[in-house]
Amino acid sequence: MGSGYITDNREQRKKAEEEKKYMSCILMEKIISNREVCPDIFEMTIRSDYIAQRAKPGQFINIKCCEGLNTILRRPISICSVNRNGSTITILFQKKGTGTEYLSKKNPGDFLDLIGPLGGSFDLSDQYEKIAVIGGGIGIFPLLFLLKESKSIHKTAFIGFRNKDNSVLMDDFKVNTHELLVSTDDGSMGYKGFITDLLEERIMTEKYDIIYTCGPELMMKKAVDTAIKYGIKCQASLEQRMGCGIGACLACACKIKTGDGWQYKRVCKDGPVFWGEEVEFRG
Amino acid sequence: MEVEIAGIRLKNPVIAASGTFGFGREYSNYINLNKLGGISVKGLTLKPRKGNEPPRIAETPAGILNSIGLQNPGVKGFIEEELPFLKQFNTAIIANIAGNTIEEYCEIAEILSDTDIDAFELNVSCPNVKMGCVAFGNTTGGIAEITRQVRKYCKKPLIVKLTPSVLDIKEIALAAEINGADAVSLINTLLGMVIDVHKKRPVLANNFGGLSGPAVKPVAVRMTYEVSQTVKIPVIGMGGISCGEDAVEFMLAGASAVMVGTWNFVNPNTCIDVVNGIEKYLDEYNHGSIYDIIGKIQMNG
Repeated sequence: MGSGYITDNREQRKKAEEEKKYMSCILMEKIISNREVCPDIFEMTIRSDYIAQRAKPGQFINIKCCEGLNTILRRPISICSVNRNGSTITILFQKKGTGTEYLSKKNPGDFLDLIGPLGGSFDLSDQYEKIAVIGGGIGIFPLLFLLKESKSIHKTAFIGFRNKDNSVLMDDFKVNTHELLVSTDDGSMGYKGFITDLLEERIMTEKYDIIYTCGPELMMKKAVDTAIKYGIKCQASLEQRMGCGIGACLACACKIKTGDGWQYKRVCKDGPVFWGEEVEFRG
Repeated sequence: MEVEIAGIRLKNPVIAASGTFGFGREYSNYINLNKLGGISVKGLTLKPRKGNEPPRIAETPAGILNSIGLQNPGVKGFIEEELPFLKQFNTAIIANIAGNTIEEYCEIAEILSDTDIDAFELNVSCPNVKMGCVAFGNTTGGIAEITRQVRKYCKKPLIVKLTPSVLDIKEIALAAEINGADAVSLINTLLGMVIDVHKKRPVLANNFGGLSGPAVKPVAVRMTYEVSQTVKIPVIGMGGISCGEDAVEFMLAGASAVMVGTWNFVNPNTCIDVVNGIEKYLDEYNHGSIYDIIGKIQMNG
């Protein structure tokens, strides 16, 4: 291994050792199960002691979906849950494009070339007693991991789907929250309309210490704006097309506000989780 | 495995290609950078650059299209923040430099000449910025002028990186050689476009981007061969290398060293795999030295 960061004093050395302990690694791990849980959404469980012991909510793994010279880039998939005792991790992904198409066809027993755990995580500090997560579509998966790991005394989830047939993990969200609010675009389940409508309504009476969001950019923007309006802390997990996934290629840029403007930061390495007020959303 | 390029000795002919390896920090978590022949750092400009709007990358058949737009901390940021980190490792540090004007290139060359870098790579081939870069590199006149000017300010070996988007790359390489280049490296990316048919828009925010990866390799090997036959200075070959045998192809075609780029994204261990793969090839064919394969292609009649 490389000698890593410059280590002039004990404190820096300690920090480097700590970082090394949680560092991502190139792994070859065995698939335990892979099944379609609703149209085009797959749930895959992978045996990986390395990741199960280290992963934090918000982090992702970067998967090489096939061998050969096509579909060459890895696909970043956020971690949905870990079983630390059983040394397994579970991911959910949407079949959309060639990479995830290959991934959907993997069988139990197959080995998966992956790098992880990558990226930063949500702030799950003890100071947050009452939390809310708000997610839409495939953005809800890392939020389930968050709810499972959070030690907060009151947890609320706002989750939005296109329709009832596309809803997933409802039971898991129920078990891991004190209050669950659901919306669909067509009203086939729960509230008909945007999930952010429910947040805006609820936030008038409930005082959350922090709101976490992941999903379509417009939804996150609305959630962040709402949180800011009510003076509530908020974290958003962003998405962007990635190259390397480890912070070297600078492909997955996102606009982050600075004192006098903004700068591009890396979703894969500086994120994917950012403080809501820092993010310069599009549109 | 040791090779000499433009007066610098590399412990092996494998160099991490500019723009794919940052300043080595991220890769140092996965591989031992001491095992690389060299690292060509992310393209440096005089002032920090923010880079292009995302999306900056798209996947293509056997390749990728990128339009990063030279996001970098500027030459001063590099000297203060990145160079001390890189100097911990026993590997050649090549500063890839870019600018909007010839004066900017000269100023960067002057500043970096007083540092610990081992060589310069003149980036006159990046297709993703509005001004400069490839505009200097796609005519013989342009490349002659910029090479001659930068040569005056640069006190280290000068490698000129060539674009494939030209009518005759031999003439371009020759113009660089005549005007003071110590070596040439090729190829930079080929300008391309990917369209999202559902949105009826290009995938990249910048519309066009540079194509790299295995898809470009045959073009790169052919150009490496042609340039090697034309100039006397060493040639560094690159374009789609993913394993030792790919590197051997370039070396047989005449490259004294190779650069490994896109495949680092696929597998952070690629540079090491390529070093081992070349060694294995040399053993397999009982070559005692790397020089036994450089330029040793036998063309068909």
